[in-house]
Amino acid sequence: MNDEHTTEFEPRIVAFLCNWCTYTGADLAGTSRIQYPPNIRIIRLMCSGQLDPIYIAKAVLEGADGVLIGGCHPGDCHYQSGNYKARRRVAIIHQVLEQLGFDPDRVWLRWISASEGQYFADTVTEMVATIKEKGPSPFRGQWSI
Amino acid sequence: MNGWLEVHDTTTQAINHLLETLLTNGVVDGLLVPLRTPDGRNAVPTLVRDPALLEQAAPLAPVLPVNGGTVLGLVTATGALGRVGAVLRNCELRTAVELSKVRQVLLDDVVLIGVDCLGTYRVDDYARMVEEGVDSVAPALAAAREGQVEPLTGYTFRPACTMCERPIPGTGQSYAPDIAIGLLGVPNGERLWVSVRDGELGSMLELEPAEEPAARVEATQALVAARTTERDRRFAAFRERIHDPDSLLTEFATCIRCQNCMRVCPICYCKECIFRTDIFDHPSARYWDWAERKGGLRLPSDTLLFHVTRMLHMAHACVGCGMCSDGCPVSIPVADIFRAVGQAVQERFGYVPGRDPAEEMVIATFREDELRELG
Repeated sequence: MNDEHTTEFEPRIVAFLCNWCTYTGADLAGTSRIQYPPNIRIIRLMCSGQLDPIYIAKAVLEGADGVLIGGCHPGDCHYQSGNYKARRRVAIIHQVLEQLGFDPDRVWLRWISASEGQYFADTVTEMVATIKEKGPSPFRGQWSI
Repeated sequence: MNGWLEVHDTTTQAINHLLETLLTNGVVDGLLVPLRTPDGRNAVPTLVRDPALLEQAAPLAPVLPVNGGTVLGLVTATGALGRVGAVLRNCELRTAVELSKVRQVLLDDVVLIGVDCLGTYRVDDYARMVEEGVDSVAPALAAAREGQVEPLTGYTFRPACTMCERPIPGTGQSYAPDIAIGLLGVPNGERLWVSVRDGELGSMLELEPAEEPAARVEATQALVAARTTERDRRFAAFRERIHDPDSLLTEFATCIRCQNCMRVCPICYCKECIFRTDIFDHPSARYWDWAERKGGLRLPSDTLLFHVTRMLHMAHACVGCGMCSDGCPVSIPVADIFRAVGQAVQERFGYVPGRDPAEEMVIATFREDELRELG
């Protein structure tokens, strides 16, 4: 694992994106042929408010190096308030992970609208760089979780 | 209204007489109160309709076999057939308040009766005391008169009790019950310090109006301070012990996956729980795939996921009753872990479980102008 870190550590980032904004923004990045690192595995949710914390816990414990949660900007939620609820859950997730000695800065929440393809690409680029700095998740390859 | 309630015989009988007054005068139609089991080795929450049964009521028995807040839900959530008076310890009161927020306890037709908690023992320890003829109530009351709350020699309180900084109803950001019965720092062999929300109730109970005695205030403060110190010591020990994924795995290495901590947790209130579904039963080939990827796979899988998910789901409302630690057959200090993690979450939201039924649960609400640092 250390070899991997020093030579060619490629982070694996699990992204939970809301259908109406961030997923569509990712789509726009693609159709606009904007380049961004291929380290991200996208799971589409209808709303960031659909995000059960267990999804994040599962990703983290299975060794995802980072988790990105993308939703509509505050005030723009397709379902009025799902993103505000997601924000509370992310706050809880951060507190719990920190208490358990896991770097909460591996879990990002970003508001990215359907028209922000460039911002989506920039976010992924920035996140991949940050996680590369941090190195692989300490849960990677743990058989005893 | 605050005042004194005369004790004519024993303290327990005075409380039981108060309960009988409520029942016979129609203030309540039923009482939820711990009754001694016929063998005497346990005291279990019982819905009492017949006043004669109150002779066996043991509101001061220092044992907590189940969380009475959960039980109050059983007799109210889908429609009580009358008013129920619920005799609860403060952790059970906090539970009732939290469950009322998710409508699993309905407080509309409940008269909450809080009693100073002088600490509780494990169910098996309490049974052993009874078997050995050890009186656990009189010495606790005698100590409480002097402002002391200590376990009997040779016994220890449940770990949750040793770090409970809110044992006295209506104090320290606890929801004030309709009737609070004070034992600490008062001459509880002669009179009890009783606080009622409703003045009429005070007259019915023939309370002699008085100010709260200074000795009681002082004893409460001292107890809260000592408990807070112990709580912080335990939290610090937890943070010393768990500081990275390896140490987290170590903490739960002995978990046998019985899920007792979840079953006994009053805040694990979901009627449908993902951990009680077959979602973690995978086709055999999947386990082989995962084992291939990691070199091996602990089975059943997702031990840590179970605990971490529980933290994410309920730590924000953890009332610190400690049922989880009681339920753990391998003595993982689950209550310490959940309270420590819960404190961090609760502080982030300025949320105090059990403080006020009108307060919304952390996950049930949001504010548009909060948590801007997250986005």
